[in-house]
Amino acid sequence: MVGAMEIYKLLPTDACKECGYTSCMALAVALLNREKRLDDCPALLNPKYADRFKKLKELLAPLENASETGLIIHPEKCFGCGNCVVACPVNVAAEPTRCGIGLGPQGEKVILAVEDGVVKCMNVNECRRFGPNKILCNACTATCPSKAIEFV
Amino acid sequence: MAVCTGCSLLCEDIELALMTGAISKVKNLCRKGHGHFQSFSSDRTSPKINSQEVSLDQAIKKAAKILVEAKHPLLYGWSNSTLEAQRIGIDLAKKLGATIDDTSSFCQGLLMELVLAGRLPTCTLDDVRNFADTSVFWGADPSNSHPRHLSRFAYYPRGSKRQKSYEEERTCIVVDVRKSATAKLCSNYFKVPPGGDADFIASVIAVIEGKIPKFGDKKRMIELGTVLRKTEYGVIFPGVGLVYSLQGKIELLETLVSKLNEVTVIKVVPMVGHYNMRGFNQLLLDDTGFINGVSFKDGQAKHGPENSVIAAAKSCDAALVIGSDPLSSLPFGTAKSLANAPLIAIDPRRSLTTDAARVVIPSAMYGLEAGGSAIRMDGVRVEFEPILEADLLSDEQILARIMEEI
Repeated sequence: MVGAMEIYKLLPTDACKECGYTSCMALAVALLNREKRLDDCPALLNPKYADRFKKLKELLAPLENASETGLIIHPEKCFGCGNCVVACPVNVAAEPTRCGIGLGPQGEKVILAVEDGVVKCMNVNECRRFGPNKILCNACTATCPSKAIEFV
Repeated sequence: MAVCTGCSLLCEDIELALMTGAISKVKNLCRKGHGHFQSFSSDRTSPKINSQEVSLDQAIKKAAKILVEAKHPLLYGWSNSTLEAQRIGIDLAKKLGATIDDTSSFCQGLLMELVLAGRLPTCTLDDVRNFADTSVFWGADPSNSHPRHLSRFAYYPRGSKRQKSYEEERTCIVVDVRKSATAKLCSNYFKVPPGGDADFIASVIAVIEGKIPKFGDKKRMIELGTVLRKTEYGVIFPGVGLVYSLQGKIELLETLVSKLNEVTVIKVVPMVGHYNMRGFNQLLLDDTGFINGVSFKDGQAKHGPENSVIAAAKSCDAALVIGSDPLSSLPFGTAKSLANAPLIAIDPRRSLTTDAARVVIPSAMYGLEAGGSAIRMDGVRVEFEPILEADLLSDEQILARIMEEI
């Protein structure tokens, strides 16, 4: 997954502050968190940075599919093993007699469920990573054998 | 709710929506099971004799004729059939004086024999979920072979005595020749060179006895010994990798398990691949005292390497293959011998074996179009109902028809 430093290296790094941030590194972090868009950096629109703009666009393209919590699912890599479904603390709290003991969920309150052989994300606002007071829980990504799910 | 017959975990929590005979949305099914469920609509077989389309009755009559005329018929496959079909299959073998064998003879047979004979202590997968604090995957990669094994039983679920599960109370150990997908999830991965499992077992035994291990990284082996000694309820899941590596030294595993059981509780659950391999082994054991490779020639059950599919394929003069594709999975010489014998294939889907078979009889897919019962990898009997309507005969009905013809 792309990192803030990777983005920073492709930014103009002239600290023009026109984006509203005091440094390009801060903008890189904001871009990674999808709080700002590439168009918000006026210097980057300069034709001399056309190559960098193109590379940045490619670099940030996978982030467009991320949920509000920054979760990205790569269905082509998923085994459908359900490790994330069973490990997710929100899933276990929602269905302790199902997800808690390793069975697939039945209700609609869970965050992760396996459908058609691959994991699907739903009810994102229930995730511990949602909102400003988020907890950096990584139970789902740490238990994935194929790195099919990851956070931005 | 449906039961998945994609592997020997026989997952019972599958929810699916049906739309005019097709499966539109399936919940809780892993990728492997999903592929298995979706395959029902592609590459289906039709009744054939010498590659010519015939009626089902003609195909069954021809199959019965070939079997009756043969002096040394071989009945092979069985691991992907229900207990009911296997029961008729054993009776058919007795009636024909045939040799009967399943996929376990070159797979987990050696291990299964020890488990079914009670020489290796075993437990159910529900016991694993409720009590086990250490799971050892040895020569097995469940993330690929049994995708829901870790999430349903071995590592991630909360059990009655393991409420804190993988976070605090469970340890997963992987012993394998490569860093598999499962090994990446477990902190305790031990790499062994191909064929090095016997030396590894000797080292573990040495560590448990308080001696210095001769094989592998001494410090890590002592760490492993400490983890195993502190285990309250451990389960070893041996895969085909371990069975093939140990070759004729499978008793080494028995020694290791008995040594470990002197200091803690260790059980063994073989990582069976096909969904009802254990069922066939159990049925044949109850009937004849042997788990596979039995010849009923001269009316008596005889067991030996000469009756395993590898040897019997070369000496048989007719073969009935059910729910298996030996021409793809067996060594070339054996596959060639099988292909040259008059071959009868009972299979729901097209394979190399059905392509080469003289008689092809289409069957219903178990779990989808036909119901029955099977034995899970841990010995628990699971019953399932059909979820789709189909006018195909099940293995059980086809075999009953062949019996009638004979």
